[in-house]
Amino acid sequence: MPEKTLPHETTTPEAVSTALKSGAGKPRSLGQDAWRELRGSWLFWASGVLLILFIVMAAFPSLFTDVDPRQADLRGHYLAPPNWSHIFEGDWFGYNGQGQSVYARTVHGARASIIVGVCVTLAVTVVGGFVGMLAGYFGGWVDALLSRLTDIFFGIPLLLGALTLLQAFTHRTAWTVSLGLATFGWMQIARVMRGAVITQKQADFVTAARALGAGTGRILLRHILPNVIGPVIVVATIALGGYISTEATLSYLGIGLQDPVVSWGVDISAAQSQLRDAPHVLLVPASFLSLTVLAFILLGDAVRDALDPKLR
Amino acid sequence: MAETAENHEVSDVVPSTAETTAEVEAVLDAPVDRGEPILQVRNLVKHFPLTQGILFKKQIGAVKAVDGISFDLYKGETLGIVGESGCGKSTVAKLLMTLETATSGEVFYKGQDITRLSGRALKAVRRNIQMVFQDPYTSLNPRMTVGDIIGEPFDIHPEVAPKGDRRKRVQELLDVVGLNPEYINRYPHQFSGGQRQRIGIARGLALNPEVIICDEPVSALDVSVQAQVINLMGKLQDEFELSYVFIAHDLSIVRHISDRVGVMYLGKMAEIGTDSEIYDHPTHPYTQALLSAVPVPDPAAREGRDRIILTGDVPSPANPPSGCRFRTRCWKAQDKCAEEVPLLAVPEVFAGKKTLAAHESACHFAEERDVVHAA
Amino acid sequence: MTTMEKTANVPEPRATDDGGTPLLEVRDLHVEFHTRDGVAKAVNGVNYSVNAGETLAVLGESGSGKSVTAQAIMGILDMPPGKIPQGEILFRGQDMLKMSAEERRKLRGSKIAMIFQDALSSLNPVLSVGYQLGEMFRVHQGLSKKEARAKAVELMDRVRIPAAKERVNDYPHQFSGGMRQRIMIAMALALEPDLIIADEPTTALDVTVQAQVMDLLAELQREYNMGLILITHDLGVVADVADKIAVMYAGRIVETAPVGELYKRPAHPYTRGLLDSIPRLDQKGQELYAIKGLPPNLLNIPTGCAFNPRCPKAQDICRTETPALAPVTEADGSELTGRGSACHFWKETIHG
Repeated sequence: MPEKTLPHETTTPEAVSTALKSGAGKPRSLGQDAWRELRGSWLFWASGVLLILFIVMAAFPSLFTDVDPRQADLRGHYLAPPNWSHIFEGDWFGYNGQGQSVYARTVHGARASIIVGVCVTLAVTVVGGFVGMLAGYFGGWVDALLSRLTDIFFGIPLLLGALTLLQAFTHRTAWTVSLGLATFGWMQIARVMRGAVITQKQADFVTAARALGAGTGRILLRHILPNVIGPVIVVATIALGGYISTEATLSYLGIGLQDPVVSWGVDISAAQSQLRDAPHVLLVPASFLSLTVLAFILLGDAVRDALDPKLR
Repeated sequence: MAETAENHEVSDVVPSTAETTAEVEAVLDAPVDRGEPILQVRNLVKHFPLTQGILFKKQIGAVKAVDGISFDLYKGETLGIVGESGCGKSTVAKLLMTLETATSGEVFYKGQDITRLSGRALKAVRRNIQMVFQDPYTSLNPRMTVGDIIGEPFDIHPEVAPKGDRRKRVQELLDVVGLNPEYINRYPHQFSGGQRQRIGIARGLALNPEVIICDEPVSALDVSVQAQVINLMGKLQDEFELSYVFIAHDLSIVRHISDRVGVMYLGKMAEIGTDSEIYDHPTHPYTQALLSAVPVPDPAAREGRDRIILTGDVPSPANPPSGCRFRTRCWKAQDKCAEEVPLLAVPEVFAGKKTLAAHESACHFAEERDVVHAA
Repeated sequence: MTTMEKTANVPEPRATDDGGTPLLEVRDLHVEFHTRDGVAKAVNGVNYSVNAGETLAVLGESGSGKSVTAQAIMGILDMPPGKIPQGEILFRGQDMLKMSAEERRKLRGSKIAMIFQDALSSLNPVLSVGYQLGEMFRVHQGLSKKEARAKAVELMDRVRIPAAKERVNDYPHQFSGGMRQRIMIAMALALEPDLIIADEPTTALDVTVQAQVMDLLAELQREYNMGLILITHDLGVVADVADKIAVMYAGRIVETAPVGELYKRPAHPYTRGLLDSIPRLDQKGQELYAIKGLPPNLLNIPTGCAFNPRCPKAQDICRTETPALAPVTEADGSELTGRGSACHFWKETIHG
């Protein structure tokens, strides 16, 4: 060895820890980092405030109006236009062709739309996530089988599939519509999940867990799932908006929710014939629908930006 | 190629300059008592099938990543395995860890063949053979805290540490590898590369294993941090009586840490022996070329050194050359090399002689040539 | 086609008519990156120069600023987040930082070329290597497709790719790592630049191939009388080819020296620590010397000498005063050409 005039120094824990103190701060998970990122994003706040508003509206419509959305007064209010002077009386968006308050109906309609959106998204995430995870992790014939199944369902347009399935139900509620949409909507999540799992299962930390003797369940739940859930949440949030508008489309086509259920789709459908005489009857529920869909899509975008460090 | 060969023919056999004859004899006469081997690898083979088609797969060939490797690992020793990329050294690591299933051959851990184990028996063996990975950035789960990462072995093998004890054990482990035990709740991305590698080592130590397979454990680290980690590994080996299989491409680091060294080329072992046998008395032309190519951080030595510059690249392991696999790049190759696979054994010229050149070398024309020490 | 003739034969050595002006000179260069967590000071006042036919090795660990400096010279720094608040990069006496984007583009490739570490990702996977090599001639010299292809074959021959004629239409993934790095070298050489910057050119290669590639690079450099800036972390590679060395730490040059001098008598504790911490092929030691601690965080570089928290010689002055790169002399005061050290205690380090 070369002449060593410098003293031999092995690293002591103190040396390392003092060095560390200068660099790293408090424990910070990637989730906390994402939250820090989100906090600074106006997209997140705008979409978040809108969504909270709509969710509260869906849960407690009475906070916004005490007018019964089904109460009709044909003689007094038939297609009455918005009346700005009555802004605190629940009829400031006017009345529809049944003489019902457009405002009250829109507030109460949020519930059906959001229930359908959330239920479909949950179902789709669970089913698609499960299928994608199994296909991605096990590979081989399991993957071949599940991937072909996914492809077959991909061949059926969401709207057409749901239309056909919902025909079978004579009485349709938010739950049946959700079922119809979820049946034909899970494939996208399955694909995203499969791709992400295939990438992650080759990661060294998964190999490390296998080397420790970890079982399949632990590897999937502790190691793979937390690392793939990010993109799935993003896709699901963006898709949620889409499901709400699909529900409206179905109702518009007369195959989704039906009267007496109050929903934006039902109202849009009913308003179409009076578009010329009373555009407000259509525009109000349609704007609420667009805003909700937009809010979910924006939220999805904001979350994706926050979770993806490469975009920073 | 021809030119290179001729240049070296004249002065090929260099007398060993490293030791005097007396010293060599002393080394050779010393009784070698390594005890019982803890790992015995016999004719280990791993072929990865090459397939065509998506739904109906058809095998069209095989990548012969590991093609008949045998060696022993003794308690408390470090066996270095060196070779270039694609020589199969990382596959050997995976096979020893039973992360890949061997195509054929056996790995005996204390006499029990572990390549055919599964379920509970395999899990029990895994407690005793652990691994340290190359890349400290991908080998730790970014969603888990350091405490969870190092504590996970206890979750999987609850018999090792009772539940109430685990946090303390994790903190002890952090201390052992030179990290502040207070950082138990931090996440991997808050640490530097060297610190992360320490976390990986702590995880490998958690179950008190007897063998640790290290796959390029320092090659992703900065030079100044490499030395810290190498020293730590040396310290831990003494403290816990660990046996290491140390896989690396950096020959200097391998010499530093290893008691014995095996040189791999295209899925086969070219030469194996003690560190002095391999580095000071290499007899296989590939080992000699490899050693002579290592850049030495000493410009004074760059003049006097015997340099062998190989032509060409490593052939594809899917279609290795017949006979000796090194023959396509070897300046000594003759017809015999294409026809006969040289066996890994003490070459006849050295058999029974009292010299450090008398160690196992898979070459038909083995001769000693010191390429490390300047002439 | 005079240009064609020139590459076909061995080119005549370049006239050194620049009257003492170095080929490239970097003066007091600063580079910073504005990130979410603050300003990362990657380069903090770097000075170096290269002459024609000379090899300067820039040695440093990750985060030392060695690659960032090179990117600033090439003008390929991402700005933003990168920013060059001060400094000059003089190419044949002209400040490149003051040139227009178009002027700089013309220098890139034809006068200054770069070789990257990862040849696979630096080559376009969907274009044949012949096309990519020929592109240089089509773009810069306006040659026809056929002529460009002929030049590509010629270049591949020059970097000794066997069967160049047959392989010119192959794609990058069909070549081995060593061959790809040769193609990268061929691309850099295509327009016979005056200066080549090689950023870790052999790090991704195996040792036996490393030696081939390094030898090729050194030989071509001699032949074309080019300046070469070799950026590396490997003290071994440097010893084999460099003429002079600049050691970087935390965005500064901490030591400069002719190659032999540096290894024999380092004048900075960091260099000394690095040299002591690498294991040697021909000796077996007990324990390696290890520089304690961690490389500095560029967001928060220690005050005074950046190396002070890890330095065994650190005194109070090291924590308060940043040492300048001062000339290093013999113990009797006689001059040592080309040597400098940014250490308050260089005398003690080199002489005692």
